[in-house]
Amino acid sequence: MQLTVQNVAGPHLPPVSFSLTSGDILTVRGASGVGKSQLLRALADLSEHTGVITLDGVAQSAIAPAEWRKRVVYVPAESGWWADTVAEHFTAIPPADWLARLSLAPELIEAPVERLSTGERQRLALLRALMLSPRVLLLDEPTANLDSRNTTAMAHLVADYVRAEGSAVVWVTHDATEGDRLGAHVLQMTPEGGQFS
Amino acid sequence: MNIQILSVFDLILAGLLVLALGGVQLLLGLGLLRSLVWGSVRMVLQLLLVGLVLKSLFAVANLGWITLMASVMLLLAGYEVTARQKRPIKGWRGYGIGLASMGVTAAIITLFTLTVIIQPQPWYTPQYAIPLLGMILGNTMTGIGLALNHLTQTAWSSRNQIEARLLMGQTARTATRELRADALRAGLIPTLNMLAAAGLISLPGMMTGQILAGAPPMEAVRYQILIMLLITAATGFGSMLAVHLGSVRLFDARDRLRLDRLGS
Repeated sequence: MQLTVQNVAGPHLPPVSFSLTSGDILTVRGASGVGKSQLLRALADLSEHTGVITLDGVAQSAIAPAEWRKRVVYVPAESGWWADTVAEHFTAIPPADWLARLSLAPELIEAPVERLSTGERQRLALLRALMLSPRVLLLDEPTANLDSRNTTAMAHLVADYVRAEGSAVVWVTHDATEGDRLGAHVLQMTPEGGQFS
Repeated sequence: MNIQILSVFDLILAGLLVLALGGVQLLLGLGLLRSLVWGSVRMVLQLLLVGLVLKSLFAVANLGWITLMASVMLLLAGYEVTARQKRPIKGWRGYGIGLASMGVTAAIITLFTLTVIIQPQPWYTPQYAIPLLGMILGNTMTGIGLALNHLTQTAWSSRNQIEARLLMGQTARTATRELRADALRAGLIPTLNMLAAAGLISLPGMMTGQILAGAPPMEAVRYQILIMLLITAATGFGSMLAVHLGSVRLFDARDRLRLDRLGS
């Protein structure tokens, strides 16, 4: 797996360049409003942007958008739920082991979405993204509403997935230490942009 | 039975009713007097004008003039569709989508009715063509306006849900399947209500008019049935076309939701 990002920029995104290979975890840090979420939107091709993004040598523009988004999967800070029950949002039921690691009861899969807490939504949003078997996972403040136990559990689950599948993660965080224990690289974003190589 | 001729005095009597309503509104501090008076005056002028236009149009019965009148009606209806949108599609496309959906369906259905169903001699006889087109346009205008309004407003308010579906690898079409169906339903509700109420709750204006003019009730009913079926088909096809064109415009070639293309 090889993701290269060259001079990706947009209306609210200063130019960013980096590249990732299998097993990489990249945390993106920077002041609020600097364009961290906009970077993830560009990587998922959800917002207009310039620059070149390639996955295993194939340009983003050369792949159908829906196909690209199944390989480069973005989990926004605020997850969207469009159907009544949790299960309808999943392409496949997640393994019991993953649910247990994130302290989610198996019955939650059949529950109505409106009964979920914010933290449960956040954890389930990660799982539904993982069920797409992403090559690259884009996480926007995934632990913002979680207690310390679930924060650690989520970080380890993501790290294990990346290692097992040979994929990579771009992890946006405002916490200066998040990712350190996972051996993550750091991309510091400023209004002038960000680079990491 | 011959129709009773209405004098100007008769109309003034009816106008006094509206003035009385305005007076009561004023006393209660509701302040609708101006809108009521202005709306009524405008309506009177519009109808007098159209009466004069129809009088000359019927006198010449020329295809060119009839086409011109039909085009003006269509352009005005297109404007009304856009004017009632809360978050219209920006630029000429917003107007174009309403106009094209309405124009294509209304033209096809009116022409079909004139040449195949009613068959007046000549087929463009204005006494048939203009009222027919007017009734079809008036109804499709409402339906298309409601459908587009539902589409754009709901897309605006459910951005999170639509983008979440795109992020789960759905195409723009799949991600808007329910939205498009709901928008179409919104456009067809007045028509469905009209069908349900016909004859039982409301006596349709056209049928009433024909009966007042001395037509036998069963003849008038047949015309009314024809008109209602035409309106239903035109509103349905027109709304479908508008929802399709509108939902295509909501996304770009990379299936990104483009709410920046909507005005506010």
